[in-house]
Amino acid sequence: MTDTPLAEMSFEDAMRELEIVVSKLERGDVALEDSITLYQRGADLKKHCEEKLKAAEEKVAQITLGEDGTPNGLKPVEGL
Amino acid sequence: MSDLIDEPIQGENAPEFSVSELSGAIKRMIEGEFAHVRIKGEVGRVSRPRSGHIYLDLKDDRAVIAGVIWKGVAARLASQPEEGLEVVATGRLTTFPGQSKYQIVIEDIKPAGVGALMALLEKRKAQLQAEGLFDASRKKKIPYLPEIIGVVTSPSGAVIRDILHRLRDRFPRKVLVWPVAVQGEKCASEVANAIRGFNAMTPGGALPRPDLLIVARGGGSLEDLWGFNEEIVARAAAESAIPLISAVGHETDTTLIDYVSDQRAPTPTAAAEVAVPVRMELLAWIDQQDARLTHALTSGVTRRRDRLRDLSRALPRPDSLTEASRQKLDHLDERLPKALTAGVREREVALGKTAGRLQLATVQQRIRSEHKTLVSFTGRLRLSYERKLSQLSDRLAALDRQRLAMGYEATLKRGYAVVHSDQGVVTNKAYAETARGLEIEFQDGRLKLGNGSQKKSASKSGTPDQGSLF
Repeated sequence: MTDTPLAEMSFEDAMRELEIVVSKLERGDVALEDSITLYQRGADLKKHCEEKLKAAEEKVAQITLGEDGTPNGLKPVEGL
Repeated sequence: MSDLIDEPIQGENAPEFSVSELSGAIKRMIEGEFAHVRIKGEVGRVSRPRSGHIYLDLKDDRAVIAGVIWKGVAARLASQPEEGLEVVATGRLTTFPGQSKYQIVIEDIKPAGVGALMALLEKRKAQLQAEGLFDASRKKKIPYLPEIIGVVTSPSGAVIRDILHRLRDRFPRKVLVWPVAVQGEKCASEVANAIRGFNAMTPGGALPRPDLLIVARGGGSLEDLWGFNEEIVARAAAESAIPLISAVGHETDTTLIDYVSDQRAPTPTAAAEVAVPVRMELLAWIDQQDARLTHALTSGVTRRRDRLRDLSRALPRPDSLTEASRQKLDHLDERLPKALTAGVREREVALGKTAGRLQLATVQQRIRSEHKTLVSFTGRLRLSYERKLSQLSDRLAALDRQRLAMGYEATLKRGYAVVHSDQGVVTNKAYAETARGLEIEFQDGRLKLGNGSQKKSASKSGTPDQGSLF
């Protein structure tokens, strides 16, 4: 188990750790106290993943370019 | 007169041109005759001075024609001429009368067919590969779930729509579209600029930097896709710090950018699939993990409870732990007195055996035998003793005789006497005058001189003297 704070964790890392936690718990060779800690960590990871998934939001913008070809702003893209 | 009679020389009546006239005539003729020509050949030496014009040679195995592409034309070209490329150039011929030279002013120049383009592409591929730009070790990992996706493509058309639709279906994300021309002469520079531009953005800025790039274009001819085969595009993609997915053309089209990108997608739609996972699947997966997690914990507890119950059932009663020992103790307790009795009896038997061997007769016989020996020794001892005694008696008698012969008693017989006092023998007169208890010894006895008390004490003292002698 890593001690990375959840907030800084990418979805993929959280997912990978959740999988490890679940497998570890399922193997059943952890002490009871540890299994409760593991469960707590697993629940936190799951929540973190879920939040990341729920935060899915589509937002499409098109970059506007100046004369010299460098971006100078954004404009919404619609109808696509 | 002779002047009048001309003898004309062959050809002398032809009009004479000045150099300029002739050069002008040639110029007119060439520029008139070759005002619009198509010429196929290989590009020779190319020079690009700062003026922006391009000077190049077109050649085949026997001849060379110099050519020029004016700045305005050069900027419009779909593909830039490169040395070695087979091209078809369109233009007009012109001459420089001042230098007696001619050249073609190129208005358009294209690779001479697909074969030529392919040859050029192969050449570039070989070069970039040699530089290591295609190495697998250079490939960056595509993020599992990018937050912001930068898409470099035409802002209108099916491609961006396909990508956005597929993203929406799978996992809606923030998308920044960088509009570029996806074909034509501006395509390569704009695409390269877009890739560099996205990389130049700062994460979390007003224009947030994407964490994944997609460079996409729909299908088209080799010429249409040619911008994605340009070296500047390939180099920009190779240098991109942001992971980049290329999706140019159809599945069968492979452009140079596909070799340097971190991942090639066969179509724009496929690029969107590579870019993000399916949200619903992940939600389902999360639920599944949650269920597994809970199940694992509960089953862990249940398993322990069952085990505990089994173990406590298997745990024996405390009594039963001591039963065997207690029984053994009883058994031993019972055996102990028996063992003691048996032990005593055993010793009795052993004693009996030993006692049996111990016989009085033997001892008595021994005693008798020893006694006999003793008697015999006693007899011999007595004999020996008596013999010795008689020897000693004889000797004593002899010695006594000798003593008697030499002693003063014998002298007394011859008439001498000895004067004694209570202090001893008196040998002179002076002593006799002071001594008390004087006695005169004769051969037949002593005569006291003085009172009877003296005699008494003398006889008293005589007795112990006698005793001490023996």
